[in-house]
Parts: sequence; structure tokens; C-alpha cells
Amino acid sequence: MDYQPIWLTFRLATITSLILLALALPVAYWLAFGKFKGRGVVEAVIGLPLVLPPSVIGFYLLLAFSPSYWFGAWIEEILGIRLVFSFPGLVIASILYSLPFMVYPIRAGLQSLSPSLREASYTLGKNEWETFFKVLLPNCKPAILTAFVLTFAHTVGEFGVVLMIGGNIPGVTKVASVAIYNEVEALNYSVANQYAMVLFAISFVILLLVYSINNRLLRVRQSA
Amino acid sequence: MSDNQLKIAIRHSLHTAHGEFPMEVSFALEKGRIMALTGPSGAGKTTLLKQIAGLQTPLQGQIHFDGTAWLDSENHQNVAPQHRNIGFVFQDYALFPNMTVAENLSYALAKGSDATIVDELLAATGLDQLSQRKPSQLSGGQQQRVALARALVRKPGLLLLDEPFSAVDPEMRYQLQELILQFHKRYHFTAIIVTHETAEIFRLADQVGVMENGKLTRFGAPAAIYLHSDAPDESFFIHGEVLRTALAGDQLLVDVSIENKIRLIRLPLAMQNEVTIGRKFVLHYPLTFPQISWMS
Repeated sequence: MDYQPIWLTFRLATITSLILLALALPVAYWLAFGKFKGRGVVEAVIGLPLVLPPSVIGFYLLLAFSPSYWFGAWIEEILGIRLVFSFPGLVIASILYSLPFMVYPIRAGLQSLSPSLREASYTLGKNEWETFFKVLLPNCKPAILTAFVLTFAHTVGEFGVVLMIGGNIPGVTKVASVAIYNEVEALNYSVANQYAMVLFAISFVILLLVYSINNRLLRVRQSA
Repeated sequence: MSDNQLKIAIRHSLHTAHGEFPMEVSFALEKGRIMALTGPSGAGKTTLLKQIAGLQTPLQGQIHFDGTAWLDSENHQNVAPQHRNIGFVFQDYALFPNMTVAENLSYALAKGSDATIVDELLAATGLDQLSQRKPSQLSGGQQQRVALARALVRKPGLLLLDEPFSAVDPEMRYQLQELILQFHKRYHFTAIIVTHETAEIFRLADQVGVMENGKLTRFGAPAAIYLHSDAPDESFFIHGEVLRTALAGDQLLVDVSIENKIRLIRLPLAMQNEVTIGRKFVLHYPLTFPQISWMS
């Protein structure tokens, strides 16, 4: 068995989750507390990956990333990278595909905090920025952890989008889920089984660790 | 020009369970006064307090403090809560769960300011032994003391308290009231406290504002509001007995027993002949303006 697809899968999931965390924090804050019109439109767009077939997202991203269309051509001209059939393209696609899994839990976590925490921080002279990082975020750690793990797991489990825009280039875009598909197509069931078992075991251990940590965090908070 | 420190005149629209109604409040408060804000729930007391703090903005009006306009809707001036010289004590304490008691207090320090005030407040509230605990490891009364201490770290000119003692038992309530009076003596702030308790009003406040349906229907000294009211009684009664009296300046300090608890109330000197030890009374306690009447 070739470990490269497994390694690539976890590299993709880690990079995607980290970038998405940085992007989702302001978006979640904005959705939780912002006063603006058109909130529904923004929420609908973020939630689209939940309901659309991955192949639909993959198809449009394929068109967008293609150098024959303006976005792909523009990126290639500005940054000199081709997004289609490349690792950076996979990262961008995964970010869009997993967006709701990062944004929604963090928004829910922020909204579950008592509004008086924010108000108290303001009356103590602190601005929104400081309030966000020193008061709000530390008090929704379980929500952030959940969001991070959901995003990570969702990216590990990604198949349709990757297949559409990444293809099957070993070491570049051939992630574990695609490798399993290939091996099954080639009737190499035992190799497919090995990939599947490794993904299964690692995913289970990650979830187990996260929920143990989460339970401990919650217990610490509840203990009086 | 009067020597009023806080001047308020605002108009707003209140959204409540009973629909929408106009809110219109104006009053002024001298420096160093403690004002109690009372009245039925939903009358707009908390809204008014948050508007003074800048956490909410009324539709129009002016709020002036120490000659500075915190709010002046005509000139589009609205000072952010961060820059109003206030301390706020929330009904649910609003302590930061991720910080220890000491960290909750030092969070309020401005960058580069003297941290000795934190130790001073921890000592004064008797929290120095608990300073490394998290709020979740404290009792309700202890949490409320942290909230009060934290609100005073920035040495505010105006302390706003939103039903601060509604969730603590009467004994603790009494101690916390004592603490507020001590702090008031030491730091000379002006204060507005939202409360439903008549005994608390007599103990702490030298001004009372009664709010009903978004309007300040009565405003004056507690004795004037409560003891010479011509309002009909409608609600429940509290029986009490005079235990002890003492003179303090132009006031009569009276220990009374109300519901098996000893309370201190302040009455005008003019009532000296009425208030005799052992005399029983009933406080008629409708939600708005309670009345005292003697039983013996």
C-alpha cells in the first residue's frame, strides 16, 4: 500500500481547517452579532454546500478554475498557479465545501454566550476586538473545537469535489478517498480495504480524543 | 446652571410583551447621590440603565454627565460605552468564566494604569483569599461581590446597578448593601440602582424614581415617595416591628424586623414621635408605591 494518499488527505484536511478557522471567526462573529441587511442571503450562500451534491460544486469550480475562463486565467496571470488539477485548487475547493461546518458551530457558540458578557466588557473600556479575543472566544472553546473537527473530518471524507477538480495525480491530488475508489475499480479489494481501515481508525481516534477533551472542558466549566 | 451632575431627557419606543409604547424620561441627579429606580417589570428600567451606559441608544434625546454630552441626538453625538465614565453591575453578574477573580478585576484596568486598585478592592470585598478561583467556584453572593468590585476598578463617576441583589438571600443582600455604602463613602460615585425592594431603597437611596409604562411617574426622596403616598394599596403586605432607633443628623435610623430579618431603614426626623420601639406596622407593598401604616 502506498501511504502517499493518506498523507495527502491529512495534509489537505489540516491546511483547509486552519485557513477556514481564520476565515470563519470574523464571518461567525458578523453573523452572530452584526446588524445588517441581507443576512439571509449570506447564510444561504454559506449553507449551500450542505444541500448541493458535491459534483455540482465540483463542476462549477472546475469551470471557474479552468484557464479558459476569466477567473482561472486571472489567477494564473496574477499568482502563476493553475488551480485546476492542483493542490492549491483542492484547498480552495475544500474551504468552500466545508465552510458551513466551520461557521455554524462557532456562530452557535458565540450566540449561546450571555449578551451581558459583551456588554460588561464594553463598560470596562474594552473594544470589540479585545472583547472578541479575550472574552468571547475563550468562552466558546468547545464550539470551536467541534467546528474544527467537523471541518477536518468533512474534508477527509471529501470525494466528489476532489474527483471533479483534482483528478487523480499521485502526490498532488490523489487523496485517500479517491485512492480507495481507484483500487476498487481495479478490483484490488485488499489494498482498498487497507486504505479504508487506516482512514477509519485515524478518524475514530481523532473524534474520540476531541470528545474526551470537549467533555473535560465542559466539566471544568460546570464544576462549582 | 444647577449643580446637577447627570442630566437625562430621552424619548424612545419600548417593545414589550404587551406591545409597543412610548418611553419618555427626564430627570437630573446631583453628584454623589444614590438613586433607586423602581417600578413594575417591563416599565423600561433596564432599558433606561443601558441607555445611560451607552449599550442601547434611545431614538432621541440628551444625556449629559459632568458637563459632557454622552448623547445628543440633535448633534449626532453618541459616546461609546467604553468612553463613558461608568461602572455597570449586571443582574446575571456577567463575570468572565475563563478568568479568575483577580483576572476579572485586572481585565478592567486601562493599559499602564496603577494595579493597586485591584488589590485594594479585593481586600475591601474580602475576596483576597478567593482571588485565584474561577467564578464557577464561587457562591452567588461572592460572585456579586466580584461583579461590584470589577465595576469599580476604573473608578467610575457613575455606577449603574441592574437589580444586583435579586438572586442572593436576604442576609447576603444586607451585607452587599453595606458594601455599596462603604464603597460609596470611599469612592464618592453617583449611583443608580434598579431594585424592587422597599427596604433596600430606604437603606441605600436618597432619591427614588418610580417608572411605569416608560414614564418616570414619581421622583423624590424615599420618605416623600413612600410615606406620604395617597396611592391606593393593591398588592401584598409586609408586617414588621420597630426594634431600635437612633438619630443620625437629620435622619432617624431604625432597625426593624421584617419577615424575621433585621433591616435598617432611614426615616425623616419628623417621624420621631411615631417610631417607638415595639410598635408594629404594615408596609402596603403594591409594585409601585408602598405605604407604611402603624398597627399599634
